[in-house]
Amino acid sequence: MTTRIIFSGYGGQGVLVLGEIVATIAMKKGKHVTWMPSYGPEMRGGTANCAVIISDKIIGSPIVLSEVDILVAMNQPSVDKFLPKMSQGGMVMENTSLTTKKITDAHVKVVEIDATNIASEVGSLRVANMVMLAGFLKNLDLFEMKDIIEVLEERFSGSRSKDLIPLNIKAIEAGMK
Amino acid sequence: MAKVLMKGNDAISEAAIQAGCKGFFGYPITPQNEIPEYFSRRMEEAGGVFIQAESEVAAINMVYGAAAAGVRTMTTSSSPGIALKQEGISFIAGADLPCVIVNVSRCGPGLGGILPAQSDYFQATRGGGHGDYYTPVFAPSNVQECWDMVFHAFDVAEKYRTPTMILIEGMLGQMMEPCEMTKRPTYQMDKSWCVDGNADKRPRNTITSLSLYAEVLEQMNIDRFKKYEEIAKNETMVDNQVKDGDEVAIVAYGTPSRIVLNAIEELKADGIKAGLIRPITLWPFPSGEFQNLPSSVKHVLAAELSMGQMVEDVRLAVNGKLPVHFYGRTGGSIFEPVEIANKVREILGKGAK
Repeated sequence: MTTRIIFSGYGGQGVLVLGEIVATIAMKKGKHVTWMPSYGPEMRGGTANCAVIISDKIIGSPIVLSEVDILVAMNQPSVDKFLPKMSQGGMVMENTSLTTKKITDAHVKVVEIDATNIASEVGSLRVANMVMLAGFLKNLDLFEMKDIIEVLEERFSGSRSKDLIPLNIKAIEAGMK
Repeated sequence: MAKVLMKGNDAISEAAIQAGCKGFFGYPITPQNEIPEYFSRRMEEAGGVFIQAESEVAAINMVYGAAAAGVRTMTTSSSPGIALKQEGISFIAGADLPCVIVNVSRCGPGLGGILPAQSDYFQATRGGGHGDYYTPVFAPSNVQECWDMVFHAFDVAEKYRTPTMILIEGMLGQMMEPCEMTKRPTYQMDKSWCVDGNADKRPRNTITSLSLYAEVLEQMNIDRFKKYEEIAKNETMVDNQVKDGDEVAIVAYGTPSRIVLNAIEELKADGIKAGLIRPITLWPFPSGEFQNLPSSVKHVLAAELSMGQMVEDVRLAVNGKLPVHFYGRTGGSIFEPVEIANKVREILGKGAK
């Protein structure tokens, strides 16, 4: 079993760290994982994305250019760019706060999350990425809430962001409603 | 030991510190910037020296000085920055000093771009600077191997008193994978030759690459090449996955070798058998592997992110026994598995998909 995921959005929306959190959870579950950022020349406010592969076997190419199983799209350009790359039956989790077009493609399952607005209600636009994790918890069997909390605590407890861990958890919970 | 998700660049940095690197001298350039950044944060608590030099030329000459004093030392850069260091690398090779140079390569020539490429193969494997010399070149293909190879590169450098190089593409530097940060015992080098301040307690040592007498310099070069023969005999590394029944041997190194593995899987589904030969040392090149290929192998394909550099070593190794083909992408473009699979189908006279 191999799952190919793209996390995409504007620079600053936290898509790279979101991918890192998901990859770390999978690693802790004993899976093979790769995390590959797009590191081309980008300008502030431009697009950012990363590809995460989770597999039961050793991963060959870490690049995901096609056959995307899960797309986490934080804005409209991300949907436009990666929707044509989706696998049959793939899942698109879109941040409907910032997408403008209804996805009508029949070959994908669409999960709509009003992430930026929910994040704003919770207290900070910056946790919109975490709201998207609710999409994973509600629709997929990859990991549970406790796995996310464990990784958040390990990843951020030593940093100046540690006070923000409760806010991040609150954001995920708000997305679950 | 628990695995940690980390970038290739960070794995190289922490491994170097764990391997006892006490002098890091660098200069910023994408896509290797995580390495000097990491050292700037960690080196002080590790009891070493980190200097962001004023230029690449300064950085490599600081490495020269530290190596002469018997310090485990390292510099890192990316393609055009490595080009700037070549004079210093030649001096270090000429002075028979150990150090590790990491090239997290990008595309060229010139400033080129910051995307991954393997077009520094000639620069890495043919010496790169002036004069008769080689540097052993290690080409890991995943983050764990980056970690392991740093320990090995320092050991080989000190065992043979030679600069060694780790060559990865920007992709591997930037990507994260699980890495087991296992500390390994390191080679304990005899330091009696060092210039480390002897307070007249032993005869004075001199480190130089200068020698103005033909007969002396010729003998030094001959002796150095005896050392290279030893390195070729003892230190050549390869991951040869070609099996009896395979029709095509595909040669690739670094991250692109993993793309080739996907292509081989794709071909297998079509009933086409191909196997990977992955050189782990680019110099010395694992030429011997091509002398004993299974008789089922009728073609050899070199796949690299360049216009065709390693393919020359493949041709030399195959020595006319089999047709050698080439497939490459360049300028920061990366081949997809289907491109390699289609090249194999073309070689075998089967239709592309």
